Parts: sequence; structure tokens; C-alpha cells
Amino acid sequence: MAERARKSFSVRQLPGVTPITMACFAALYAPIVIIVIYSFNAGDSVALWQGFSFRWYAIAAENELVQEATVRSLVIALWASGISTVLATMAALGTTRTAKFPGSTFIYVMINQPLMVPEIVTAVALLIFFASIKVATGYSGLGYLILAHSAFCVPFAYLPIRARLEGMDRTLEIAAADLYATPWQTFRRVTLPLVLPGIVAGAMLAFVISLDDVIITEFVKSAGQDTLPTYMLGQLRRAVTPEVNAISTALLGLTILLLTAFFLLTGRGNDKKP
Amino acid sequence: MSDVAVSAQSITKIFGPTEGGLRALDDVSVDIRTNEFFTLLGPSGCGKTTLLRMIAGFETPTFGSIILDGKDITTDPPFRRPVNTVFQSYALFPHLTVAQNVGFGLEMRGKQKSEIGAAVAEVLALVRMEQMAERYPSQLSGGQQQRVALARALAPRPSVLLLDEPLSALDLKLRKQMQIELKRMQLETGITFIFVTHDQEEALTMSDRIAVMSAGRILQIGAPREIYNAPANRFVADFIGESNFLPAEVEGPAAVKLGNGASAPAAMPDGLGAGTRVTVAVRPEQIDVCPEAEGILSGTIAELVYFGTDMHAHIDLGDGATLVARVTARSDAGLEKGGRTGIRFATGALRVVEETA
Repeated sequence: MAERARKSFSVRQLPGVTPITMACFAALYAPIVIIVIYSFNAGDSVALWQGFSFRWYAIAAENELVQEATVRSLVIALWASGISTVLATMAALGTTRTAKFPGSTFIYVMINQPLMVPEIVTAVALLIFFASIKVATGYSGLGYLILAHSAFCVPFAYLPIRARLEGMDRTLEIAAADLYATPWQTFRRVTLPLVLPGIVAGAMLAFVISLDDVIITEFVKSAGQDTLPTYMLGQLRRAVTPEVNAISTALLGLTILLLTAFFLLTGRGNDKKP
Repeated sequence: MSDVAVSAQSITKIFGPTEGGLRALDDVSVDIRTNEFFTLLGPSGCGKTTLLRMIAGFETPTFGSIILDGKDITTDPPFRRPVNTVFQSYALFPHLTVAQNVGFGLEMRGKQKSEIGAAVAEVLALVRMEQMAERYPSQLSGGQQQRVALARALAPRPSVLLLDEPLSALDLKLRKQMQIELKRMQLETGITFIFVTHDQEEALTMSDRIAVMSAGRILQIGAPREIYNAPANRFVADFIGESNFLPAEVEGPAAVKLGNGASAPAAMPDGLGAGTRVTVAVRPEQIDVCPEAEGILSGTIAELVYFGTDMHAHIDLGDGATLVARVTARSDAGLEKGGRTGIRFATGALRVVEETA
């Protein structure tokens, strides 16, 4: 019955749906495809094809600034995703495993605030805030970037973890308590293993978001603290070579890998639900 | 050890504000004896599950206290109470094997691995699931999951086992089989079972004693036969089995006058004066059909409902009342829709019941 009902109306039967869909996909992906193609260009141009080569990948890989920026990006992303995931897990437990209390909606909004406040506002605020700390402490290491990234990564980690917690049968935790598990044992032996796919998914999403950030990084970083995206931005201001295309393509590859893993994890999680 | 396992004392539970909130339980007191199979029976929303959850520790009473083996446990958290629950949804841990599920309670109590292994094997044998120890819950049928849930709750040898409608998700045949098995397990383990159900047949089959609940109160506590044969009031008579209700007038110490003026013997509480208007209850199987002239009452057959072993004859008495009589399928000769018939009552069939408000 349900099969037939679904077949009786299909969006695909509407006139023009296929061409519009194709146009949308083309607008979204054609520029990316072109970037990827020109990363393999043998010549110096990003617009004129002169034959296939891995030349620019080799140049990018040997560029010390790129190497440093890559390491810096990965270090920041690892720390930021780690810190934000721990915070997001605690926040998700706090907002799903307690009785509804006055102000819980307000807290929910506050947790997700970085998704709504314009990033440039956060960037300027952090710039001013960190500047005064720098003056007071004299510290100017990567810590500021890690803190800033951790802050805006929290909602990205929070949402999949919360979704997973909400989808979980609460009777399981009650059953654990009934079987003499203390609240900590219940968390450790029942809640955590069942929410783990959500936590891993949240961490990966946070990692990708951190890896990708330009605006806040650009404002917060000290001299010589370029991450991969801010390095690329700096390069574009000078001469545009297919080296940027090569770095973009590598970054794209990593992101696709992580996002695929994210969807596999969350997708499998949904299948398991009864 | 006292012979009262669990004592609920003047329990009131109000959800929401104390004034004007939802009164789920209203001054309920009950003593459940050690080693008995005790059933809380009632329609949904009567408070039976709330009472069970309070014994387990998932709810705290607004007023009153819960005593377990002589100790006040009213405010103890669930993990400090030596009671275990079989949940309606089973609530098996999906990421643990059957053996790990069953051993969970013992592990949390810090028992040695070898001890856990032996206890798990023993209790899996009790529920006849030895072969399934290494499976995951998702690989089991509903009936098998049910047995694992039972094993998991029995493994730590609780002093009281709480069962929250555990059979309701099973099909009829499996349910009947599990009723017998549950009773066997209760006798074999000697653990006090507190069973919650809305299914009166389930309650009658397994229980040593039953508490019939309605609207947050206990209406009657007694052995199955007692509840069935001597219901305290109209609600109990109606909820347990089937009953016909007839208006009548008290004629003497053990006799009533029925609507058509005929007098019949009836059991009744003391203190009812002659002339008091009362309601009498009578079970369909206590009514015999007979030729019209021989009956104490007579009526027209309005409906004949056939269901295998028996038939229900709906008899219109002509004064607005309808009686349902149970007729065995062998003896239905002569009954037909629209025909006249007489009615007789078996000895002790009529019972005056209190009208429930």
C-alpha cells in the first residue's frame, strides 16, 4: 500500500524537475571540478590547460610554508575537535538527561549560538578579547586559535550527539540502574557505548569545520600562525598558481573522506534503532 | 526475615503540583508476602505501574513509605535496592551479548568472573536459553528476548522480582506458555514476584493473590478464586471475568426480589435491611437456560454469539435489562434468535455487589 502511495506521486513527474536539478548540481560542483582539473595542469595558469602533471602537488608538498601550515591546521583541528566534543557530550547529556528545567531552552540556544551569530562578530570579539590577554600574559602561542576553534566547533559536535542521545531508549539507562549500576557505571557501560557513533560523528564534523575555518583564524592568529586556509588566502592575494588548486584538492579529498565516514556512522546508527 | 516482603504504606503519588496535580495513587496500602506471586491488576491508568516503579525506585511517593524486608527504602536510588525489574519493552542492552546482559547485575555488584559465569549459566538454563548465550538481542525473537530479560533480572537473585506487563508483546499461544513457565520459575527460585497486568486471565492463572486497582486505589485484595467468586463491588465483578448486573430489592437475610417479583437466594453483606435497593451480579456460566415455564425469569433471545466451545445467549428480559448466559455448544439445542426461553440460576450464583461510585 505504502509503495503504491509513494509511486502515485513522484516529484520526478513534474515538468522541468530534471533540468533544474541538473543546473543546481552544475552550479554547485562545476567550479570544484574545474579547480580539481587545473590542479593537474602542467603549465602556470589556472585557466589555460597545458597538459597533465603532478608538478604542482610536488611544489606544494615541498613548500615549507605549506608544510608548516598543514601541521598547524591539523594540530588545531585535533585539539579543537577533541575539546569541543568533550564539552558537547557533556552539554548533550545535560540537556537530554535531566528533567526540563527553567531556562533549558535558553541554554539550548546559547550552545548553538555560534551557528547563528555572524562569524565576523565572533572574530572581532575574540580578537579584542585575546589581545588584552596577550598583553597581560605575554603568551602568544597556538592556544588562542585552539580555544577559538573549540568554541565555534561545539554546536557542530553537539547536534549529532544530542540526536543520538534523544534517539536512545531511556529505559536502557533505567534498566542499568535497576541492575545496581551507579550513575557513573550506567554512563560508562550503557550510555557511552550506545552514543559513541554520535560522538565520533560529532568529532569528525568539528574536525572538518575547524580545518576549514578562515574568518576567525584570520583575526585571531598571530604573525607566522597561518593555517592552510589562511595561507591559501594569502597566496591568492599575490600570484595565482595551480599550487592553490593542488592544496584545495588535497583538502577536499580529506574532507570527503571524513564526511563519508560521518554519514556511514550516523546512517548505521539510524538503522540500528528499532 | 519477616514474612512480609514489601509493604507499601499509605502511598500517595501526585504528578504535577501537590494541589490540583494528577493523583496517580491515592492512599494505597498493601503488604506483599515473602515468596508469593502477587499481581497488581487494573485497567491502564489505574496506578499499578506507578506503584511498581516506586518499589523499584524509579518514582518517589509524594506521601507514604515503601518498606522492603523491614527496611525503609522510600528514598533509596534504584541501584541500592535488592529488587530487579522485567520491563515491558525488555530493555536489553543492544551492544552486549545475552550472557553479558544476564551477567550485568552481578558484574555491577562486583562479583568474581567465575561466580558470574556460573550464575549466568544456571539462570540461562532456568529460562532454557543456554544455546543463545553468545547471541546479541537483535538476533533473538520476541519470546527469546523476553526470556533473556527474565534471566537478567533473576540472575542477581533479588529478594523481589518486579514484572511490568512482560507478556503483553507476545502472541496468545506464547503468552499462555510463558504464564505457566513464570509460575514454575517463581516456585523454583522462591523469589517474591510482583506482577503488573491489565489481563485478568493472566492474573487468575498465575497469582497467589491479586490486588484489583482502579483510579489510584486498591479495590480488593484476595486469592484468584476469592476475587472471582466474591467480588467486593461492581467494578471488580465487571473487570474480572464477565458479569451481568440486575437491579433487585433485599427481601430477607439471604434473599432478593428480582425485577419481575420472583424471589431468589443471594449472598450479601451483613446489615442490609429488607426493601433496600441493591444490584446483584451473576456470571454468564452460572445461568442455565430452560423451558420458559420452569424458569425463575424469562426473556427473548436477542442474539446468539458463537465462539467455539461455547455460545453466549443475550436474553432480553423485557424490562430493559439484558442477561448474557453461557451455553455450551453441545447443549444449544432449541435456542434460536427471537425465541422465548426460561432462566434459572445455579446455587450461589447471585451476589449483591456494592455499586462503585
